Amino acid sequence: MLTKRIIPCLDVRDGEVVKGVNFKGLSRVSSPVDLAKHYSECGADELVFYDITASFEGRRLFTDILKEVASTIFIPLTVGGGINTPADFDRVLKCGADKVSVNSGAIKNPGLIREAAEIYGSQCVVLSVDVKRVNGKFTVFAKGGRENTGIDAIEWIKRGEDAGAGEIVLNSIDTDGVKKGFDLEMLRAVTEVTSLPVIASGGAGCIDDFITLFKDNDKVDAGLAASIFHFGEVEIKDLKNTLADNGISVRKVW
Amino acid sequence: MLAIIDYGVGNIFSLSASLKTLGQDAVLTSDIKTIEQSDRIILPGVGAFRDAAEKLRETGMWDVVLSEAAKGKPILGICLGMQMLFDKSYEYGEYEGLGLISGDVVPISSVTDADLKIPHMGWNSLSFPEGKEKSRLYKYTNEGDYVYFVHSYCAANCESAVSAKTHYGADLTASAENGNVYGTQFHPEKSGNIGLKILKAFCEI
Repeated sequence: MLTKRIIPCLDVRDGEVVKGVNFKGLSRVSSPVDLAKHYSECGADELVFYDITASFEGRRLFTDILKEVASTIFIPLTVGGGINTPADFDRVLKCGADKVSVNSGAIKNPGLIREAAEIYGSQCVVLSVDVKRVNGKFTVFAKGGRENTGIDAIEWIKRGEDAGAGEIVLNSIDTDGVKKGFDLEMLRAVTEVTSLPVIASGGAGCIDDFITLFKDNDKVDAGLAASIFHFGEVEIKDLKNTLADNGISVRKVW
Repeated sequence: MLAIIDYGVGNIFSLSASLKTLGQDAVLTSDIKTIEQSDRIILPGVGAFRDAAEKLRETGMWDVVLSEAAKGKPILGICLGMQMLFDKSYEYGEYEGLGLISGDVVPISSVTDADLKIPHMGWNSLSFPEGKEKSRLYKYTNEGDYVYFVHSYCAANCESAVSAKTHYGADLTASAENGNVYGTQFHPEKSGNIGLKILKAFCEI
């Protein structure tokens, strides 16, 4: 049986992992390679790396790290951050990424999804969407959640699927960093309109939040989180054991 | 030496890295001599069947794979590389495969529940067919072990060749083999330690 996936997310800046609360006030955690190895051993099903550096030098550091991670651990790796062109896909795929996540780059150039899907296949194009309620409407935000695009999130996700995206990461800005649970209402609105795998992101604070997530909506395929894993508030092994105890199918590596 | 067939298809970073981790001397090559001198061959692949089959022919790798298989050299096809080992694929048309394992490649949606998400993507468990000897590929693998899949098409009408199945609405072919020719629908190079053990077993055949 296909298992629900647990995915730690690592934001990388200048070669180090950071995590922002509500995308602001970043604080340092640890080496991406060490963290990746640790997570793989604990049973993480995939890893997501977001490159949040803007400089050329930072980008080079990032691809060096990506290569090191991909040479050390052998689970699927998704890379995002600064992906604006097919050449950016090429750059990270050559360094060991399996999937590439597009966000602001696809908002600036909606043709990017189709172009990349045609070259690399849909399985490697992940549409990552930062969504916030504005006057009661799910609205897409760009640039790490700082810029309101005015785009309707549900329409945007449908367009992404039509263009050839292979997976959706739905990050709720409203619940991100609050640690009171995933945005179940937003997730339901999205899983109702897409047949793509959906990864829930934003709001996980404890193990129960993941149980609620998967029990509430069978169409959610994966739960993504960062700080609760990085700071050891939730151990992936405990999380998976508890999910299994609650009848949710997970992959155990122990 | 292990030859990974280079025909411009697929992302082989992880495959090369995992073989290196296993201490294997693996080279990515489209050089016929090198392939002939190799001890074993891996045929990787992602993307669409037609494009990959075309590239395999254009690069001359099609005939090399066939002749090396005929010599009895161990060959492992992974994902689309596995699908190309079969007789035929019905992905966007009808295309001829290498015909090294008898069977067809069909849409998953034609063999499983209509409401399941396609592609079948993620970690799923292996089950071994009853009454068959365990494949040499699974020397270090147990029934129920999880491996990583990403595919929208699957091998069918190949019952006698199936060495492992996985359940997604229905039983799907997870791997198949015919003599010295092996294929895995899943990605061993992305399946953590379980996957490494499967590659290790292949390198010992």
